[in-house]
Amino acid sequence: MAGALAAIADASTRAGFREWLLRVADDELIIGHRHSEWTGFGPDIESDVALSSIAQEEVGHARAFYAQITAGEGDDEDHLAFARLPGEYRHAVLVERENGGWEWSIVRLVLYERFDAERLGLLAASAQDPFAGLARTLLREERYHTLFAEAWLTRLARGGGEGRARVQAALDAAWPDALGLFEHTDVDARLGAAGILQGSTDTLRKAWEAAVRPVLESSGLRIPSTPARTGGRRGQHTPEFDRLHAQMTEVWRSEPGARW
Amino acid sequence: MTAAAALLAEVWGILETVEDPELPIAITDLGLVRTVQVADGRVSVRLVPTWTGCPALDVIRARVQGALRALPGVREAAVEYTYEEPWTLDRMTPRGRARLAAHGLAVPRCRFSEPPACPTCGSHDVALDSLFGPTLCRATYVCRACRNPFERFKPPADIAPSRE
Repeated sequence: MAGALAAIADASTRAGFREWLLRVADDELIIGHRHSEWTGFGPDIESDVALSSIAQEEVGHARAFYAQITAGEGDDEDHLAFARLPGEYRHAVLVERENGGWEWSIVRLVLYERFDAERLGLLAASAQDPFAGLARTLLREERYHTLFAEAWLTRLARGGGEGRARVQAALDAAWPDALGLFEHTDVDARLGAAGILQGSTDTLRKAWEAAVRPVLESSGLRIPSTPARTGGRRGQHTPEFDRLHAQMTEVWRSEPGARW
Repeated sequence: MTAAAALLAEVWGILETVEDPELPIAITDLGLVRTVQVADGRVSVRLVPTWTGCPALDVIRARVQGALRALPGVREAAVEYTYEEPWTLDRMTPRGRARLAAHGLAVPRCRFSEPPACPTCGSHDVALDSLFGPTLCRATYVCRACRNPFERFKPPADIAPSRE
């Protein structure tokens, strides 16, 4: 398993694939961190435990990717998780947004999990072991996140009262950031041309829309038509991420190389 | 028996004594051990986690390393997790299933979507309380017949389209 990335001979392709894998891992780490902020604050004990468990799984997934990315590089997964500057993280802005209300976290979870499943599917279908095997493993775990998120979405949107309007407002706010998950950089074209991954961000976005539309529409929600808000994949993040980063890396910065 | 074959048998024997910290069964009964290789006193054990984010992974790795290093014939012990093939419920042994059942934990036959049975009274008239229980590998239920809450082992979902 050591140095799986090193097996890719072309340096530019190797750097591109490393960057693509960092997006996956960074998305998981940062959304996991946001979910963990619900620990102790969920609307009921089951939801509290659920978001805490989902957080634990996403951070675990990030760790598994970081470990395989750094295998053969000399650093360990904590260096990638904690020793980078905010502009070096490659997650989409959607996952760094502050939690807001429960309905916002649920809408984000629905939009993100459907995206994550499509993206992991792309990696699982590739010939890039051990990453493909890891993707096949994670797809089976992420399935429960989708089940949980969509059951809650339906419950909130169909429950009457102020529920529907609040979920719609959350969807309107999240939509441009959700489209930002598909931000295209030159990495994507390079990986396609090199035959590393079969599929573009455009095909991913089409598959994602085909999956989320029926979920949202069957809950009586209107799909926004706002354009994508991008930047995250190029390291352009918001002050919301600066605050998260400062908190998340606090122990590491005070004691570099700390183990726990 | 060659020295290597004898050591291999010893290693498997010691692995059967390593318990999962969150479940009352040996890691061999849970089906975590993917491969064991022995060469010249160097042992390499590859494990497959039930859940990738399981917080017990580091504890299990340390326990396996400690158990292996205590064997006189072992000079070096390497333990790593592998993700080539996902862990599936059929890796659990009948003895493992029996021990979890004795512990009050219901275990699906081959996938989570099967209708669960209450471990107290056997009724199928049960309701899911939460997909996310006290550990990543457990979900919580309530039995409508005997009114007892219970936990059920939750394997990662089967995503084959014709199944779950």
